[in-house]
Amino acid sequence: MTVWQIVLLASIAVLAIKLVGYVIPPSVVSRPRPARIANLLTVALLSALIVVQTLGSGQGITVDARVPALIVAAGLFALRTPFIIVVAAAAGTAALVRALF
Amino acid sequence: MSERRAAVRASFAVGLAVSAYGISFGALAVTSGLDVWQACVMSLLMFSGGSQFAVIGILASGGTAAGGAAIASGALLGTRNALYALRVAPIVGGRWPKRMLAAHWTIDESTAVATAQPSPEAQRTGFWWTGAIVYVGWNLTTLIGALIGDLLGDVSRYGLDAAAAAAFLGLLWPRLTQLQPVVVAVGAAVVAAVLIPVLPPGIPVLLAALVAVVVGLFNWFAPKSVPGSTEVPS
Repeated sequence: MTVWQIVLLASIAVLAIKLVGYVIPPSVVSRPRPARIANLLTVALLSALIVVQTLGSGQGITVDARVPALIVAAGLFALRTPFIIVVAAAAGTAALVRALF
Repeated sequence: MSERRAAVRASFAVGLAVSAYGISFGALAVTSGLDVWQACVMSLLMFSGGSQFAVIGILASGGTAAGGAAIASGALLGTRNALYALRVAPIVGGRWPKRMLAAHWTIDESTAVATAQPSPEAQRTGFWWTGAIVYVGWNLTTLIGALIGDLLGDVSRYGLDAAAAAAFLGLLWPRLTQLQPVVVAVGAAVVAAVLIPVLPPGIPVLLAALVAVVVGLFNWFAPKSVPGSTEVPS
């Protein structure tokens, strides 16, 4: 697949899912179980993506400057720091660790 | 009338704050192998932050070979938008062309602002204003971020690869309010970490999603509150 195909297919899929919510009758999906699974799905995917982004390098695990960066980010989110500042601080931490070691 | 003004104020507060993430998305998209155009098309057409970060995150680790997994992860992360649509569709009202636009703008932020307003008029105002502000802001900042990312070149020197994990953590953080999501987050993280060395990039993320399906199906670690209340995290 080319990058364009991936970008367009993924975009159409996400857009179609949004439209589904306007087309189907609410009674079908507003039952507790599908709603619960959909909400937890978001949590599981985000959590797995954090692990992949922090430890993954191709098909392998590497512990490097990304780990202290994530720890700094977690600390700042716990202090209710705005999103964009946390992301910049995480990048800065990784850059600093790489410059020092 | 003052309720509607309050809704507009909330829309601006949320919309402007959220628009700022577009910078990080644009920069990370370019460093993940997209060009500036592809980054912008994604924000224009997909317009769902979590899904967009997921697609570029998997492309960054697996390249176009992981395209299938990238599309699947983006789509799965987008399923919550269908739930939001169920809640805001009655608020939005209107005919089909308008409802199509509403569907495209049905995201975390517009749903959160709309459902937080006291009256139906204020809810409608909150939905449309937040949707419009985030749509314009997100696409402008995506372009700016993509141009910056293009200029920076080698990104690991600036720590931008670490910024992606921090961005995901920011999306996850507000959802960890009860035991059930915390258990799912920890379980999915463990599954992903164990599978990364043995499976192609992208697949560990999809298999980690099964943790949510299993826990949600049997409602393990359930909250004690009323069952069936579908809360909308901001």
